[in-house]
Amino acid sequence: MAERSFEVVKPGLATTVQDLGRPGYYHLGLPLSGAMDRFALIAANRLVGNADGAAGLEAVFLGPELRFSADALVAITGAELPPKLDGVEQPLWTAFAVKAGQVLSFAFLKGGARAYIAIAGGIDVPEVLGSRSTYALGALGGFEGRALKAGDVVPLGAPTGPGREGTSLPKEGRRPVQESGVEIRVVPGLYWHRITEGAQAGFFEDTWKVAPEADRIGYRFRGGKKLDFVPRQQPFGAGSDPSNIVDSCYPYGSIQVPGGTEPIVLHRDAVSGGGYFMIGTVISADMDLIGQLQPHQPVRFQSVTLEEALAARAVEKARLARLAELI
Amino acid sequence: MAKTIQAPLPGTFYRASAPGEPVFKSEGDAVAVGDTIGLIEVMKSFTPVVAEEAGTLVAFHVENEDAVMAGQPLYDLDA
Repeated sequence: MAERSFEVVKPGLATTVQDLGRPGYYHLGLPLSGAMDRFALIAANRLVGNADGAAGLEAVFLGPELRFSADALVAITGAELPPKLDGVEQPLWTAFAVKAGQVLSFAFLKGGARAYIAIAGGIDVPEVLGSRSTYALGALGGFEGRALKAGDVVPLGAPTGPGREGTSLPKEGRRPVQESGVEIRVVPGLYWHRITEGAQAGFFEDTWKVAPEADRIGYRFRGGKKLDFVPRQQPFGAGSDPSNIVDSCYPYGSIQVPGGTEPIVLHRDAVSGGGYFMIGTVISADMDLIGQLQPHQPVRFQSVTLEEALAARAVEKARLARLAELI
Repeated sequence: MAKTIQAPLPGTFYRASAPGEPVFKSEGDAVAVGDTIGLIEVMKSFTPVVAEEAGTLVAFHVENEDAVMAGQPLYDLDA
């Protein structure tokens, strides 16, 4: 066993090592990867005295069970997935001390979707193309390129930061988990003209629900009206379905609607291109929020301008800047 | 004394392994530790709901194909 490590007793549903991602390789087909809720990972890292980009764990819906080989400082943020230490509940958004031999587990999820587990010193898996993030579809990065399994022994780095037990992010500094009335802001995009005016209006009027297959690759939604396309003769190189285009790059956050039926918002492990039209792009400020949506949760899409998107980005930057004052 | 067992994760609850297949458990059935009670589908994977306690399954709180939240009551068990 590595000197500083934890052993996976139970892996949870799909627990992966993630940092802030692997930008710069999208043109080669390698997605960004990294935490779906970047704010939550950064906050967790700061609570334990790590650099923002230290690797932690992303646990979705169901928490793992981990036995620590050494004393450690741990913080859990993001989803309301209450941590327990040898069965005793611990606070969220707060650094707490774990003794060698103790077991970290979790109660049932109470809200949100993804919890972030930061450990002082970070998770010490090798960097691949500048990142420790797991891209499971490509078996790249993270712990052996995959989600954790029972029996894995995951190495930890040496803590060098100023982390202290009991450090907590006050409520006003956290992003609250939204249970209802979730609105995802969208800048209508490049292929907006491909659908009829009625379909354009319907997309933003309808209530959509998160499909259970939504994951790190894409968040799928269903329940709204099927989109009608403006008739055209499909151009050379495009497939025969009206939702097909000549292959194009897919931006992070872009919304494709295969067959016009179920919108898919591409997220951190998305494919980088293909032949589906895109209705628009979710603004960067709301991408973290998508990572916290549960299956069957109702959402609406809201149309915004590029100026409004930039203003929202500034609000998120300010939230991040406040972390430095609050922690 | 009946005990209520909760869903361990959110998703879609199924009482059988596939459409047309017999249900894993019916109300009134005996449950042994390790028995599969149902499946919860989320992120393209099916997680079995496995009994951690033995007893008699008194009642289901959810129907087949119902959307469930983590912590939502799934079934009552008479130990």
